[in-house]
Amino acid sequence: MSLTAIPQDWLFGLAGGLMIGLAAAVLLLFNGRILGASGILGSTLDGAGQGTSDERLTFLGGLIGAPALAVALLGAPQTHVSGDVPLLIIAGLLVGFGTRLANGCTSGHGVCGMSRFSIRSIAATVVYLAAGMIAFYLARHILGAI
Amino acid sequence: MRLLVSSVSGALFGLGLLLSGMTDTAKVQGWLDIAGNWDPTLAFVLGGAILPMVLAWRIAARRRTAVLGEPIPPMPEQIIDARLLGGSALFGIGWALAGFCPGPALASLGWSGVGGTAFVLAMIAGMICYQFVQRRAVLTA
Repeated sequence: MSLTAIPQDWLFGLAGGLMIGLAAAVLLLFNGRILGASGILGSTLDGAGQGTSDERLTFLGGLIGAPALAVALLGAPQTHVSGDVPLLIIAGLLVGFGTRLANGCTSGHGVCGMSRFSIRSIAATVVYLAAGMIAFYLARHILGAI
Repeated sequence: MRLLVSSVSGALFGLGLLLSGMTDTAKVQGWLDIAGNWDPTLAFVLGGAILPMVLAWRIAARRRTAVLGEPIPPMPEQIIDARLLGGSALFGIGWALAGFCPGPALASLGWSGVGGTAFVLAMIAGMICYQFVQRRAVLTA
């Protein structure tokens, strides 16, 4: 199969994924830290966990600033954020509370944990994927809420 | 140096999320929509991200300390309990409703508008709410 036969989105996904993995590898091998977005944000709020607050704040600065700069220079990407703000607030509360309770999200459990074959992270990933698929099915196809 | 590494890692993470399309909530919800027009892109992103990390963990296992002197985080105790599974389920539901998980929600703050900002503020509120519940649980235990 030639490269042109593969949908472009998949190639961008793979390339972007490699950058995400490289970002996590650099943070691990140089600073000895796990790249978990919910952990880094959460421990910035409560001061617990690994690392220092200056490390977390510079990480968050890069995470928010670099894509914002890229978009300012290159133009806005596709975005489909829901217009239903109350729904987004409920979703945000669930994501914030749930990721802290489970001690990780897509980056911490999905990327960093699964790549070291942590059973705990694999279990977390299976559950949030399944819950996400079921919730999406109910909300979109049964209730028509999203 | 430590701060340079953390800011470069954050920037690379954010740009990777942008390039991969994961800052677009429709791509993420498309992945979750197995009964509809299923979009497999997220599998390529996750696979692409895991590859360098499998290598990094192999290197880390030989080194034991990171380049800048900190210890490599040990494998967490493999406890699979209600906290892990329940928290992941709540996270999955919120992820599906908005199409945002924490990384992409933060990465797209620059252009995700009122809705994206509301999501991030609510996510922060959810984290603070967790801290409060956690502290009470510790006090009453």
